[in-house]
Amino acid sequence: MLGSEILSILLMYIKAFTVGGAICVIAQIIINLTSLTSGKILVFFMLAGVVLTALGLYQPLVDFAGAGATVPISGFGYLLANGAIKGAEKGLFYAVTGSLSAASAGVTAAVVFSFIMSLLFHSKTKRS
Amino acid sequence: MTGRNARNCNKNYLKYVRALDPPTKHFKNCLAAFGVGGLICTIGQFFRYMLEYAGLSGDELAGTVSVILIFFGCLLTGLGVYDRIGRHAGAGSIVPITGFANSVTSPAIEFNTEGYIYGTAAKMFTVAGAIIVYGVFSGAIVGIIYYLL
Repeated sequence: MLGSEILSILLMYIKAFTVGGAICVIAQIIINLTSLTSGKILVFFMLAGVVLTALGLYQPLVDFAGAGATVPISGFGYLLANGAIKGAEKGLFYAVTGSLSAASAGVTAAVVFSFIMSLLFHSKTKRS
Repeated sequence: MTGRNARNCNKNYLKYVRALDPPTKHFKNCLAAFGVGGLICTIGQFFRYMLEYAGLSGDELAGTVSVILIFFGCLLTGLGVYDRIGRHAGAGSIVPITGFANSVTSPAIEFNTEGYIYGTAAKMFTVAGAIIVYGVFSGAIVGIIYYLL
């Protein structure tokens, strides 16, 4: 009983590692072939997440790999699209605002922590 | 030298530069991206289990995991560690949510010298701004389509 539970947790880690790693490899191949900058890669993968979620193709991946699908930036797109889809059930207002509401935690965290870091560290300390 | 002549010259020069470039180590790059990207996702899964054990679920669980990873992304960027990882890991450090955090913190610290308004605050969104613009725009389209369906 306990053994099978540990085994399923271990399997989930392997799935998360493999799927998350595979998404990064796809990005790395695109970078190698086209030399796109990191900003463009982030935007394209986020948009890919939105489109795949809207088509219903990303949810199965999240169910399968957990954090392996939600941690990459395409998972941020999944969060946005999912918020919009859930909001659409409540009405037009929530359909439009749902995506940013869902992403508010991530955006707030990035802004708050970045501001704190910019107070603590200075560009001089950035070792190259 | 104008027009076609200049363009030809430019093309020849680019060809010359590319010939001198060291060949990209495709396989090694992909392996590093797989390892680092996979590891960050595994750490995310670890926090997921820990928070699930603490009683969180659904959107709160997913959001909290993101916040924790973003915190570590910001902290490691501030310490200058994340850029060093990124030099070896490539996409493995860009694509996970920690790379998004890095893209916000990095300019925030770098443009500190230009003041808190036009430096830190404005430059914070050089990359994240694009992600939010296209994310919110495409999200609104998806929402409206689902509302109409």
